[in-house]
Amino acid sequence: MSISLNTKKNTLIVHIGGEFDLVSANEYRERIDHQMLENNSRNLLLNMEKTTFIDSSGLGVIMGRFRKIKANNGQMIIYGAKPGIKKIFEVSGILSLMPVCNTEEAAWQILEKKTIEGA
Amino acid sequence: MDKLVNNSIKLEFPSKGENVALARITIAALVSQLELTLNDLEEIKVAVSEAVSNAVIHGYGNKPDGLITVIGILQNEKIIIEIIDQGIGINDIEKAMEPAFSTDPERTGLGFVFMQSFMDEVKVESQENHGTRVILSKQLNSENKKFAVS
Repeated sequence: MSISLNTKKNTLIVHIGGEFDLVSANEYRERIDHQMLENNSRNLLLNMEKTTFIDSSGLGVIMGRFRKIKANNGQMIIYGAKPGIKKIFEVSGILSLMPVCNTEEAAWQILEKKTIEGA
Repeated sequence: MDKLVNNSIKLEFPSKGENVALARITIAALVSQLELTLNDLEEIKVAVSEAVSNAVIHGYGNKPDGLITVIGILQNEKIIIEIIDQGIGINDIEKAMEPAFSTDPERTGLGFVFMQSFMDEVKVESQENHGTRVILSKQLNSENKKFAVS
């Protein structure tokens, strides 16, 4: 399991590698929330290119962050998830909550569009 | 390669979060003795992960000193997995299995939804203050084989 976080403007980009389950969920939740607060980030991009596994514990972190960001009028976008993980998204209903796309570039385009719409 | 694998495994481990991965990887290794699709393998891993996570989080309330038993039985191209804890039990199984029912806002309440979506059958037996037994089963391979032959 691995996580790295970096910030561009008011957006936090989180890269999640390996397995996103009960153990990593607790750690990642804290690190993401801490970093969002520290950098005063409004939006969150979640890079799942290197995520090899997710279950409902990992999804709980995603949905929990989504609720917080939405309450703060921010946007959350997931990108790069492999087909096996996309299938979990389909079953969970997460696809109706937030955009899921293939590349970081596409995620930025969606973010800019949504930010303009929201303004 | 058309051999029938019958095999079984029993694991016992303390109710630590780290052991959720241990359980799903071990069961994945067991079912991999059959030829199965990557999709089936992923689905079984998620289902086991959910059941063992429930035992850790709900059965034992995140206390690491509980005992969890996982039994995997591979028989006639079917996998049966039992996940047993001696924790607090579930007082209303039907309610616990409802989609999006969770006692914690940071959790999705999707654990049983995933188990039911990804396995053929999910049985739950529970007694308050005595523990919970979840039995997951899934038929493997047969459809793929028919497809390959035709």
